[in-house]
Amino acid sequence: MKNVKLMQGNQACVEGALAAGCRFYAGYPITPSTEIAEGCAARLPQVGGRFIQMEDEIASCAAAIGASAAGVKAMTATSGPGFSLKQENLGYACLTEIPFVLVDVQRAGPSTGLPTSPSQGDVMQARWGTHGDHPVIALSPSTVEECYTLCVRAFNLSEKYRTPVIFLMDEIVGHLRESIQIPEEGSLEIVNRTMPKDLNAPAYECEPGSLIPSFAPFGHGQRYNVTGLIHAKDGFPTNSTEIAHNQVKRLMAKIDENLDDILSWEEKDTEDADVLLVCYGGTARSAYSAMEDLQKEGIKVGLFRPITIWPFPAKRLEELSRKVKKVVVAEHNNGQILLEVERVVKNNCKIDFIGKVNGTVITPDEIANVVKEG
Amino acid sequence: MASNLVKKYFREDHLPHIWCPGCGHGVLMKDVAQAVENLGLDKDKVVLVSGIGCSSRAAGYMDFNTMHTTHGRALAFATGIKMARPELEVICIMGDGDASAIGGNHLIHAARRNIGITAIVFNNDIYGMTGGQYSPTTPYGEKGTTAPYGNIDRPFDIPKVAEAAGATYTARGSAYDAVRTTKLIEEGIRHKGFSVIECASICPTYYGRKNKKGSAVDMFRWQKENSVSVEKAKTMTPEELEGKLVIGELSRSEFPELTEQYQKIIDKVQIK
Repeated sequence: MKNVKLMQGNQACVEGALAAGCRFYAGYPITPSTEIAEGCAARLPQVGGRFIQMEDEIASCAAAIGASAAGVKAMTATSGPGFSLKQENLGYACLTEIPFVLVDVQRAGPSTGLPTSPSQGDVMQARWGTHGDHPVIALSPSTVEECYTLCVRAFNLSEKYRTPVIFLMDEIVGHLRESIQIPEEGSLEIVNRTMPKDLNAPAYECEPGSLIPSFAPFGHGQRYNVTGLIHAKDGFPTNSTEIAHNQVKRLMAKIDENLDDILSWEEKDTEDADVLLVCYGGTARSAYSAMEDLQKEGIKVGLFRPITIWPFPAKRLEELSRKVKKVVVAEHNNGQILLEVERVVKNNCKIDFIGKVNGTVITPDEIANVVKEG
Repeated sequence: MASNLVKKYFREDHLPHIWCPGCGHGVLMKDVAQAVENLGLDKDKVVLVSGIGCSSRAAGYMDFNTMHTTHGRALAFATGIKMARPELEVICIMGDGDASAIGGNHLIHAARRNIGITAIVFNNDIYGMTGGQYSPTTPYGEKGTTAPYGNIDRPFDIPKVAEAAGATYTARGSAYDAVRTTKLIEEGIRHKGFSVIECASICPTYYGRKNKKGSAVDMFRWQKENSVSVEKAKTMTPEELEGKLVIGELSRSEFPELTEQYQKIIDKVQIK
């Protein structure tokens, strides 16, 4: 029997997290992500999990990482101003390779901005928000169903690659209500971390051919050290320039060398398109409508929707940009993914842009007009 | 020859420690190990969490599950660990700036929740790692590199702050008084709720030098001569207690521990 439910995006994110095995949530109230905290507060103890409302955003990020280090899949959620505060410990999790999911339901900024109007202004912060060179995986859902299924994938990628994953939602999908089909229990792929074979081995040693160390939670007898300092394979700090180089390079490589597994995107009618729309998250919904309207007028329009925002699906976009006359980027910011598109497309074709920073939604007509402008 | 305590609780291949000659932190770190030994805890089930600063390096030297976190955030990480796995014994070692300046918010809220974590503050009255800036516990009028004309801020009394915020056990020990400090730490770990043990350390390198306190021996002697037991302090006037180090158990109260309360919620609402 089909299990279809009418659900809000934020609620779907909670249910997806539970399905992925999340059993800990720490958060701080902030709109438009609050329903995620409320949902977790109600739902987690029902499945034997634990919820805590922390004193601030920094602490809730720290608590989620602590819970994960103790062996429990963990999540925290926030919005723009809170995302800024979480950057400190996000970097800690990158370097210490402690998986957790950080949800950012984007709202219009900068600063307190326009609470809680739609925005996609945190795209570059998701990539470079925390200091230093670090790996990042960020996923962007466009539908309520995707808030569920992609949240499961966020946990899976986080556990598999031992890295925090940013679930980059936006107010449009977070507060949208749609009916979704809840996947049957057991039908979803759930990835769990792997325990080391030898508890006496150095905590951050990778198996031959792997870039990802296995992971024993606290309390399992390995008694290793975790530190935000550059560290050797044994987890202890070092000032060795060689180890520092190798550590940062390995952290980047574990993402860069697994792009085939990590990257995902959606393509629609790209085969014979003259114009390619590049949109993600809530904005892609307007792009779908624009595309349908334009196709009715006989204009050959296709859509390329990155689902992994970071790493960016550059190779495929580059290929497509060779076949079209124009790429149109629409996003709810002043041109953030646009920078990435420009870097990838270069002079292959013309690039047009429509961005909004006033807290209102880009309409299908506005996108269609940019397409028609030539 | 390393003592049996060192062999059992320290990662000998990561010693010697980085602390300056004369620093009080080494004695306090040993007190923590001795307290764990006296309690007979299973090392595999002890998680030692620290922040950033001189004190926080203790985590790297001690043979537990150890987590050297970000500046001020030790208690926030520890809260996640304790909530997720209440069966683990979670101990935090923090410095004075770490625990009460950048981490002050986490300190008062961990106290308010009465979560079963033992918070041990190595208080050397100064930011040592960064070279001697005044901290929230630098005494009024004393000097630091950022208080070249004397500190005009009122210092925190950390156990009092913690008690007021809800900590159900608070105590003060000192690097000089190792035997008593070990007992206070032991009692803090044994205590079910949130416990705070402030341990007066010494920093001859920065605090001592800036404020002409003499050698490490002179500073330890000061601790010896100016320590007053909690019992004796009760018989003294506030004037007499001025500038003294009151050592002992300072407060104890009752309130349900956080993770036990949460377990009751799970037991009530869990869908079987």
